[in-house]
Amino acid sequence: MTEIVRSASAGTMESSDVYVEIEPGQAGIELRLESVVKGQFGPAIEEVVREVLDQCGVENAKVSVRDRGALDCVIRSRVETAVKRGRGNT
Amino acid sequence: MRRSLLFLPGNTPNMLINGSCLGSDAVIFDLEDAVSPAEKDAARILVRNTMTYMDFRGCETIVRINGIDTPYWQEDLDEVLPCRPNLILLPKTGTAADVQTADAYMTQVEQRLGLAPNTVGLVALIETALGVENAFAIASASPRVTALFLGAEDLTADLQCKRTKESREIEYARTRLVVAARAAGVDVYDTPFTDVNDDEGIEVDALHAKALGFTGKASISPRHVEVINRVFSPSQADIDYAYEVMEAIRIGKEQGKGAVALRGKMIDAPIVARAQRTIAMAQELGLGREEA
Repeated sequence: MTEIVRSASAGTMESSDVYVEIEPGQAGIELRLESVVKGQFGPAIEEVVREVLDQCGVENAKVSVRDRGALDCVIRSRVETAVKRGRGNT
Repeated sequence: MRRSLLFLPGNTPNMLINGSCLGSDAVIFDLEDAVSPAEKDAARILVRNTMTYMDFRGCETIVRINGIDTPYWQEDLDEVLPCRPNLILLPKTGTAADVQTADAYMTQVEQRLGLAPNTVGLVALIETALGVENAFAIASASPRVTALFLGAEDLTADLQCKRTKESREIEYARTRLVVAARAAGVDVYDTPFTDVNDDEGIEVDALHAKALGFTGKASISPRHVEVINRVFSPSQADIDYAYEVMEAIRIGKEQGKGAVALRGKMIDAPIVARAQRTIAMAQELGLGREEA
């Protein structure tokens, strides 16, 4: 299990990017999503975010995702970077 | 075939995800100058995932890692080598030992990944006076080295001279690198033309690089890719002449002639070799003839 020990962020608010913030939590994954394409792709984005968190072993965290039309591989990258920064090993 | 090599900043998604659609023969994911120290970790992951999830068929992938004098370069290689980019671009290569240091670590990572040695090639970016002076030794330092690459912006800073559009200040470095690369049997790529709005200037600069013997040219702007590709492609006249040469050689052999002439000029081995290179490139571009 990976513990998020401090607040961290990754990404930008530029087009095709996504800004991810993560902070310690105690009630599972508490995910907040804002996206310009939330109506069409909200569930898919959330699924990718949860999948990466799961792969990284994060079970408890507050996660804010502000999407600017990022592709799957970009979302994966920013979530992974935020986790690595939040667990304090990068 | 690498006529054009387009730099893409390693932490900028909207450039990276479109990289394969911009017409260049190769893209260079830049983890060095285009990425601030605080974002090196993010860029590595983004470049790794871009290579993993995006389709770059028909476009070679090159990663410019950070220099071996920084704390970043080994982590760069750890992250990107599993994606098997075609090449690693090593900045500020000054000596053969620099190549050997990077080569040794790449070999370690390849072994760890179960890859054959030299699966991923190395291009030495020459951008210091020391690198220019050691160009042949660098090009010959390891079988992993597939090309030299001139970086004129840093070089002119090191030379303590001004970088100009006329580029007289880098003429020695250009010719030195071409000679060193050809002597070592590797390719050689020219520095980008940095005025992205000067359409005439890029053409003049690319034509000059081609005339000196460069294999291709780097670009920092997608706008320059089409011009570079055109300049570094054989013209129809070049292709027609190459086929004429090969036909003249074929007829000469049939007739048992020791020497063959075409258009009043003797065809010797270098002319045949050039014709063969032209035809090979034409075929790769879909411009060749079926009977060749």
